[in-house]
Amino acid sequence: MGIEDDKQLILDTLKSKKGKTKFYLKDFNSMFPDRKPRDVKKLVNSMVSEGLLEYWSSGSTTLIGLKGSGVQHEAEAKEE
Amino acid sequence: MAKHKTPMLDELEKGKWPSFVSDIKQEAENRGKTSVDLQTPKEACDDLLGLLELTYKDKVVHWKHGGIVGVFGYGGGVIGRYCDQPDQFPAIRDFHTMRVNQPSSKFYSTEFLRQLCDLWERRGSGLTNMHGSTGDIILLGTTTPQLEEVFWEMTHNLHQDLGGSGSNLRTPSDCIGMARCEYACYDTMALCYNLTMEYQDELHRPAFPYKFKFKFDGCPNGCVASIARADMSFIGTWRDDIRIDQEAVKAYVGGEFKPNAGAHSGRDWGAFDIQKEVIGLCPTQCMEWDGKKLKIDNKECTRCMHCINVMPRALRIGQDTGASILFGAKAPILEGAQMSTLTVPFMKIEEPYDEIKDLIEKVWDYWSEEGKNRERLGEMIQRVGFQKFLEVCELEPDPRMIQEPRSNPYIFWKEGDVPGGWDRDINEFRKKHQR
Ligand code: SF4
Ligand code: SF4
Repeated sequence: MGIEDDKQLILDTLKSKKGKTKFYLKDFNSMFPDRKPRDVKKLVNSMVSEGLLEYWSSGSTTLIGLKGSGVQHEAEAKEE
Repeated sequence: MAKHKTPMLDELEKGKWPSFVSDIKQEAENRGKTSVDLQTPKEACDDLLGLLELTYKDKVVHWKHGGIVGVFGYGGGVIGRYCDQPDQFPAIRDFHTMRVNQPSSKFYSTEFLRQLCDLWERRGSGLTNMHGSTGDIILLGTTTPQLEEVFWEMTHNLHQDLGGSGSNLRTPSDCIGMARCEYACYDTMALCYNLTMEYQDELHRPAFPYKFKFKFDGCPNGCVASIARADMSFIGTWRDDIRIDQEAVKAYVGGEFKPNAGAHSGRDWGAFDIQKEVIGLCPTQCMEWDGKKLKIDNKECTRCMHCINVMPRALRIGQDTGASILFGAKAPILEGAQMSTLTVPFMKIEEPYDEIKDLIEKVWDYWSEEGKNRERLGEMIQRVGFQKFLEVCELEPDPRMIQEPRSNPYIFWKEGDVPGGWDRDINEFRKKHQR
């Protein structure tokens, strides 16, 4: 599987999870059961740099989701 | 004239200690009259006071939970904060915190501090927290468009980077070490800097199930309290003997040198009594003083530092120095607070630190695979057992890893370790043991 296929798998899996928009890094590991978490982490982080995914953080924990999905505090702040 | 009335906050200024409320008011006043071309709302500090007063009145927090995390390419270093009453307090509609990697041992020039304050006055709220509990320089409160601007100036003009937040490696932090302290058993600054640079990816982008902290104490005095605050604690120690200058011991006894370098001279504690203040307080009772000569049974000494702290001119750390490495401290979140557990009793700390990096990566790989979401390393060790953790680190169990016999009975035999395995002939057994 090439890297583009890997990315597509991530995007498709996230899109298929209805009602859930933010995921832990570990949730990505289960999409690639035979890869090292360190490689999965690199792939996920590179997808954030490319603008496909984005981070969300409470300050203590980081979650990752599709760019633009779910609660966007910044957008909310502007709407109000 | 203050923008908002803050009767409850005003109460906090009445005690005899300095008050953060007075500090914020002072900055609010400065921002009102400064000629600096402010890039963030002039009334940020006034609105912050107003919001805090409202928080005390309503007894609920008025910040939303979480949000934006970094500048472009970073997944940490920024803690997104958005106020949930933006109409009442428009100047703090967005009021993000930035964490900045502090220099090793927190050495600053006054010039750097001035530049930092100028930058934050212009592009932030002017309020800082020096330092956050992880160690970072904390810059409190700026708007979303200013994040990239601050980051650019910080990295290009001040040559300082953002620190870690979220599920990242957090900003490593170290004691002052060899820069100023004769007790340092290894170069804490060099190791802290080296690992910070080596693990930039882990520091700036989420890498783990939860946060991970390194802290470096040069000796067991533990000035950065690594044993209580780091998932991986490095504590300087030595393998050989405490060096004793018998003449200097006599000088302490004779009152020529002040004990603890005069640190307790604010009150008259009477003449120095070596028996009571040093020998009697040695936790392992391994010291002896016959009036002429001080003896230490070094193999019983736990390197607690007490005697050395009391008589620094007479006693010095050994010369075969390195560090003990412990894992798993954390503050109470899921489980209660936990101290780190001794895992590597002694390791030489020498550049390029390959042995350390090897250990770090074994632990990270296992934790990334086995750790649950939001489970600190120490909680995982409790869950899987210390024995399993030792296997992961490829270390043999060692009596020094337990506090005393039978208090930590976590080392169990495995079938392969026992001659003949678990199978036994019950008839043979019954010959010796009645039912
Ligand atoms: S931890 Fe030890 S070496 Fe480091 S500054 Fe404190 S006393 Fe000195
Ligand atoms: S360092 Fe502590 S344990 Fe060791 S001899 Fe001194 S007082 Fe005793």
